Amino acid sequence: MGKFKLWGLKKSPWVFHVAAASCNNCDIEILDVLTPRWDVERFGIVLVGSPRHADVLLVTGVLNRKTLPRVLRVYEETPKPCLVIGVGTCTCHCHMFEKSYNVVGPYDRHLPVDVYIPGCPPKPEAIIMGVVKALQRLG
Amino acid sequence: MNEINSKYRIVPIGPYHPLQEEPEFFKLIVEGERVIDLEINLGYNHRGHEYLAQTMTFDQVPFLVERICGICSNSHPYAYCLAVEDICGIKPPPRAQYIRTIIGELERIHSHYLWLGLAGHFIGYNTVWMWVWRYREPLLDLFELIMGNRNHYAINKIGGVRRDILPEDYPKIEEYLDLLEEKTTMFTKAILDDPVIRARLEGVGILKKEDAIAYGVLGPTARASGIAIDVRKDDPYDAYDKVDWDIIVFEEGDVLAKAKVRLLECFESIKIVRQCLKNMPEGPIETRIEDIPAGEGIGRHEAPRGEVFHYVRSDGSNMPVRHKIRAPSYMNIASNVAAVKGYSIADAALILAAVDPCYCCTERTIVYENGVKKYTGKDLLRLSWEKTEELKRKYRR
Repeated sequence: MGKFKLWGLKKSPWVFHVAAASCNNCDIEILDVLTPRWDVERFGIVLVGSPRHADVLLVTGVLNRKTLPRVLRVYEETPKPCLVIGVGTCTCHCHMFEKSYNVVGPYDRHLPVDVYIPGCPPKPEAIIMGVVKALQRLG
Repeated sequence: MNEINSKYRIVPIGPYHPLQEEPEFFKLIVEGERVIDLEINLGYNHRGHEYLAQTMTFDQVPFLVERICGICSNSHPYAYCLAVEDICGIKPPPRAQYIRTIIGELERIHSHYLWLGLAGHFIGYNTVWMWVWRYREPLLDLFELIMGNRNHYAINKIGGVRRDILPEDYPKIEEYLDLLEEKTTMFTKAILDDPVIRARLEGVGILKKEDAIAYGVLGPTARASGIAIDVRKDDPYDAYDKVDWDIIVFEEGDVLAKAKVRLLECFESIKIVRQCLKNMPEGPIETRIEDIPAGEGIGRHEAPRGEVFHYVRSDGSNMPVRHKIRAPSYMNIASNVAAVKGYSIADAALILAAVDPCYCCTERTIVYENGVKKYTGKDLLRLSWEKTEELKRKYRR
């Protein structure tokens, strides 16, 4: 059953976009990936409106004290198995906000992240490559 | 809202919802389909920029303030550099001033295109979104050509700019500008002639002039409500007083007027960039600064959403002692309360987005401790009163 589910995840992954405390740039680049120049909808990748419909969570920005419980709740609401992809340098190591009083540390302390896409912001090509790598991990 | 009885219902929007990219929380209080009140709860994006700026050297801060917001990633460093130059009492060389103006205006076009696309998305007209964002891409290519990155440009530095625009790039920029002008004309015609868009935007979310003044709104939101306010005209800096352009003002105050202001501003921006390219002076691109004296300075820049204000105080060391930022959305978001009352829930989403809110710019001012809000507005007011009283006692003879 688990293997079957993972196989199902590989085809046409539906994506929910969670902006923790980002500067908006990664979010815009994610939307850019959907617009005509890259148009990932032709591979069946769709941005959905609810975490309950999603196979993949795209997280952007640093986690702060106010967004941490909300992001965890969104993660719990997502049907498992699901993939979590961290977009941007902020998700990798908090970027330059590491010393801020309101930032609670990198993502891997709080939820399992499958693939990190570094860059500030990563180019749309890099985001597509990250999603492809995440799907390849499923075997 | 203690007086709410069973007749009213609450519709929560957020913090994670399909509509907008950033986390924010709106509580719509509705009676049937009609919105009668709005509560705004922000602070999800608080990252402590002002504190972090005080732990960095003056040269590092532009990179930090650039990451306040990805859309205005030129405006914040621009205003910061103006503030520090105000402390030093210097002006960048003319060529640097022209380059800054060009980048500022190109950023305005990119931001207005972005809003236009998202507005189409909010009314469920995804064709507008796809078309507009398709023609935003050449602009990002232009940024990559001039500055080497699509979004965070890192062009501003204290005393000038980091990169020159090479003369061999001028024809390429002109080419892109021609394309942008053609496409902006197309969008203006398409949006103003489309009966569907007119039906959704016209007469919706009217922000009256007196409300706009009372809330102190800025930028295109104010200019769509009949207030001709623009830092570029009121307090010209860099090359803005050396070029010929107009402020776009509409009286209606509805969402259509806001869209019209933004569309027509794109033409003005193209005009400014063309004139700057034509009259670009030769010379160096930065003034060398040995050290920053003690003192305080302010910088104001008209960002795509309104006036960005930066205040920097220096004590003669290599780090700012205080750095205060006010982003335009801080004023504009509050005006949603006046604009959204009386309209249906279906229009609320569009009205809330019509001020082009930028939450990541706004949310740096609330104080939190262990996840609990320490100071509310009232508390800060009380603290301020206490301080005033204390000072009065201290200095009264």
